[in-house]
Amino acid sequence: MTPETLDAVVFYFFAALALVSAVGVVAQRNPIYSAFSLIVTMCSLSAIFGLFGSPFIAALQVVVYAGAIMVLFLFVLMLLNVKTDEPHEGRGLRAVAVVLAVVLVAQVGSVLAGAGLRLAGSFDAGTRQVARVLFEPRFAYAFEATSVLILAALVGAVLLAKKDL
Amino acid sequence: MSPLVQELVIAIVKVLVLIGVLLGVFSGMTYIERRVLAFMQFRLGPNRTGPFGLLQPVADGIKLFFKEEVIPKGANAWVFVAAPAVSILAAFLAIAVVPWGGTLTLPGFLPAWLADRRIDLQLANLDVGVLYLFAVTSLGVYGIVMAGWAANNKYTLIGGLRSSAQMFSYELALGLSFVTLIMGAGSFRIGDIVASQAGGFWRWNIWPWEQGFAFLFYIVAQTAEVNRTPFDLPEAETELVAGFHTEYSSMRFALLQMAEYVNMITASAVGASLFFGGWLSPFPGVLDSGFYGLFGVMWFVLKVAGFLFFFIWLRGTVPRFRYDQLMSFGWKVLVPLATINIMLVAACTLWWNAK
Repeated sequence: MTPETLDAVVFYFFAALALVSAVGVVAQRNPIYSAFSLIVTMCSLSAIFGLFGSPFIAALQVVVYAGAIMVLFLFVLMLLNVKTDEPHEGRGLRAVAVVLAVVLVAQVGSVLAGAGLRLAGSFDAGTRQVARVLFEPRFAYAFEATSVLILAALVGAVLLAKKDL
Repeated sequence: MSPLVQELVIAIVKVLVLIGVLLGVFSGMTYIERRVLAFMQFRLGPNRTGPFGLLQPVADGIKLFFKEEVIPKGANAWVFVAAPAVSILAAFLAIAVVPWGGTLTLPGFLPAWLADRRIDLQLANLDVGVLYLFAVTSLGVYGIVMAGWAANNKYTLIGGLRSSAQMFSYELALGLSFVTLIMGAGSFRIGDIVASQAGGFWRWNIWPWEQGFAFLFYIVAQTAEVNRTPFDLPEAETELVAGFHTEYSSMRFALLQMAEYVNMITASAVGASLFFGGWLSPFPGVLDSGFYGLFGVMWFVLKVAGFLFFFIWLRGTVPRFRYDQLMSFGWKVLVPLATINIMLVAACTLWWNAK
């Protein structure tokens, strides 16, 4: 059992888990189960990030996505008591959906086939590297502007939700 | 035995020892909390089962084991059963990055591959130790949300949502208090933060000239994270029946209680590592290392015990926060103060480094 085979085994396990839970997000009828599947997807993605040599992004993925965003999703779902989806009617719509899906798969497949993909070796994306990239002059402006954007979204959400300030 | 298998065996033994210690301390804590609380309230506490009531945890365990396991009608059975499992998973995962001693040197009379081997008394010396702690604490919220929702009971739902809202509000303050520690030590590793406090009692992170203000935010935020008084409204008997664990009985209830106590132990262990010098001795050079490195473990255990006693002491002393007071305190007081603390520490660090 060399480190490479261990790497491959762990990667394929988490990749399969991510795919299965991602399909589960869409295929489940109960929306709470969809939310749980999404949480599993986030955690699998975090594991794959860790495998790639960036534990910082792995931890951040869990903290931000699985730990904060999905909690709020679950809040809304649980408070609104969203019921299980009944199957809709419309067989014509289903045919259109299948056609569009095939077109999407063909487009994505053609892009991927022509891109010349190679296996990524592990790269070093630890905290220092990420911080260096984030704060170098190339991206620093976009980074700070994004934080102002999020602040604007926050204020907007509070304004929309509160009846009297 | 190849080195990989050796490492694996040592890691598994470390995990088993940790789980055993955590479970033992959990059952001891149930007894000690009741006794200490009782003494603080001028009464006696459990003293009938066995000498000084020491067999009380055994009696509690037997009672819980034989109770009937009820799944309420209309409850979501899968989520109902999974919720305590998620809680306990997050609680146990967090202890993996806590260094509970320095380096253990195994004695020479053991078989060849073990003799005089130095073992790091930390399960995983992660590059992003503190961030991992944060991530796992965030996952612990799910156990409570799931427990509250799955029981098909509006009181548990409200209790679960309240508790999780409280937890992730105070997670913010917790993370902000960690930032100053990371700035001070220059690394995310908990081992490095412990090492930055070397040099005796006056260099621990609890003093104002080290990172003392971060300690204040940390202790408040962790008490809220662990749902302890004065932040234990989610379990308040007078408010919401028993909060999110109302409908749980027998072993599932025991699991939820175990998750809460193990979270408390982890919070104490992390606090002891980050602020009280971890396994370092308060008097440099005295009882520091030697004896196979077990003195470090002794100091760490003492500090964790002190922290746990502090949590119990707090419970016996302070009344409970009302929920809106709790939330406004977390968002309007703690987060701004912690942010100001970060700015001050950053300014001081820059000024100090520029000298």
